[in-house]
Amino acid sequence: MGYKAKFRIWRGEGGEGRLEDFTVEVNEGEVVLDVIHRLQATQAPDLAVRWNCKAGKCGSCSMEINGKPRLGCMTRMSTFEESETITVTPMRTFPVIKDLVCDVSFNYQKAREIPSFTPPADVKPGEYRMQQVDVERSQEFRKCIECFMCQNVCHVIRDHEENKANFAGPRYLMRIAELDMHPYDVADRKESAQDEHGLGYCNITKCCTEVCPEHIKITDNALIPMKERVVDRKYDPLVWLGSKIFKRQR
Amino acid sequence: MTQTTAESATRKQRAQIRVRTLRTDRWWLAPALTFAGLFLFLIYGFWAMFDLSVLAGPYIAPFSSPCLAAATCPEGARLFGFAPFGDWYTLPPGLLILAFPGGFRLTCYYYRKSYYRSWWLSPPACAVAEPHRKYTGETRLPLILQNSHRYFFYVAVVIGLILTYDAVLSFRDENGNWGHIGLGSIILVVNAILVLCYTFGCHSCRHITAGRLNHFSKHPLRYKMWTLISKLNARHQQFAWASMASIVIADLYVRLMAKGVINFPFA
Ligand code: SF4
Ligand code: SF4
Ligand code: FES
Ligand code: FES
Repeated sequence: MGYKAKFRIWRGEGGEGRLEDFTVEVNEGEVVLDVIHRLQATQAPDLAVRWNCKAGKCGSCSMEINGKPRLGCMTRMSTFEESETITVTPMRTFPVIKDLVCDVSFNYQKAREIPSFTPPADVKPGEYRMQQVDVERSQEFRKCIECFMCQNVCHVIRDHEENKANFAGPRYLMRIAELDMHPYDVADRKESAQDEHGLGYCNITKCCTEVCPEHIKITDNALIPMKERVVDRKYDPLVWLGSKIFKRQR
Repeated sequence: MTQTTAESATRKQRAQIRVRTLRTDRWWLAPALTFAGLFLFLIYGFWAMFDLSVLAGPYIAPFSSPCLAAATCPEGARLFGFAPFGDWYTLPPGLLILAFPGGFRLTCYYYRKSYYRSWWLSPPACAVAEPHRKYTGETRLPLILQNSHRYFFYVAVVIGLILTYDAVLSFRDENGNWGHIGLGSIILVVNAILVLCYTFGCHSCRHITAGRLNHFSKHPLRYKMWTLISKLNARHQQFAWASMASIVIADLYVRLMAKGVINFPFA
């Protein structure tokens, strides 16, 4: 049943810190977050960790477990060998406040930079009429719990801090795609997706999709379709010619 | 431990963990296998490009189809007997066409992922640091040219249809009479199906059929096609590898038959 597990946990304030070793009891059915709470209760009362729902729905407990971005509350201890040392660090793309808690305000900043839903001027609230098939695609994106693990894993900013200014990250490029696909959104988002929000930086290597706890097909259903929409607008002479001749938008 | 505030410099820092990755699984296996797979395909393609054994009975080697050169394409290998490149063209026929399927796969969203990861290590695997100091992705030349993918798709549809036509023709015997069937016919049919599944699962195809629309409900037919293509598209990676393998198998089979290496009764 229960056993003693070996943990190595990043401790420190701000960027400075080190991996500290712990041996801690683990019981059947527990997840990594449970074990971290046991450490808080028994050995390291000042160990900082952010959490809320313990149900994989609030997106607070994002951390890196054995080097992989995971939700602490959804990572079962039974997926590890009993002899394994489990390394837990904060997300590596954002500044650390303390221990496992990151300052994720980068993401809030990026969210604010995207113009909000823009309906046509002559359609009043309450007059929207949409078929299910028209909104289905964007509903997938609404499953996002804003855990920011996709933002964290994306090598564009994870490995290149200097790109942060020019790149919104998968979560917010997906938001742009969601709005661009919306039947009632009239804002022009294609040009700005490429020029301001850095869609061109994404090289579709799909790590965002790999880590998303909601299993949203970020790359296939949001980023690549958005890249194709940008091609329509910016790089395809035939579409450009067609839009001049037929004077149509979509 | 000293207290930090929101303004202090270390508070603006990420965790200073000085290892490339803390992953403990075999993250290098997938990129290594991809590297090897693509490498073998390139080597084979390079050899096939210069090989002149194009036709064996009713079978045409896929790497040389359509065969457009009068000097090097035997009568039966030409598409509708057509050879626009006259006797002045003496190089292998594959050189004339391979840029198109090659360009299609080179700019394919899946292949881009696979070679960015395995050849350019950008990134080699998720949460494993890439070795490059600077990164601009597909924002500038040459990689911005990846945006031409849809044009390669248009040509790839034509090539896919030609391969299908070749597969149909493989059911004739050496005298041109229908009713023949051999292992070669089966191989060419399977190859044509896989190539079509790969081609029509293309992200550009998905976009063109209906992905670019915002009102699916106003275009029920296009929406229906989009749902079908989305199903192929979800398996695009699998079809990419399956069709790559089937092309090599089909091509090698025909060439070995043409060289007389393969000559059993049901060939
Ligand atoms: S697919 Fe694009 S956005 Fe997603 S992790 Fe990779 S580079 Fe980043
Ligand atoms: S898209 Fe997925 S990985 Fe990204 S923030 Fe939302 S839930 Fe998390
Ligand atoms: S605590 Fe809410 S997602 Fe883990
Ligand atoms: S995306 Fe792979 S062929 Fe177009």
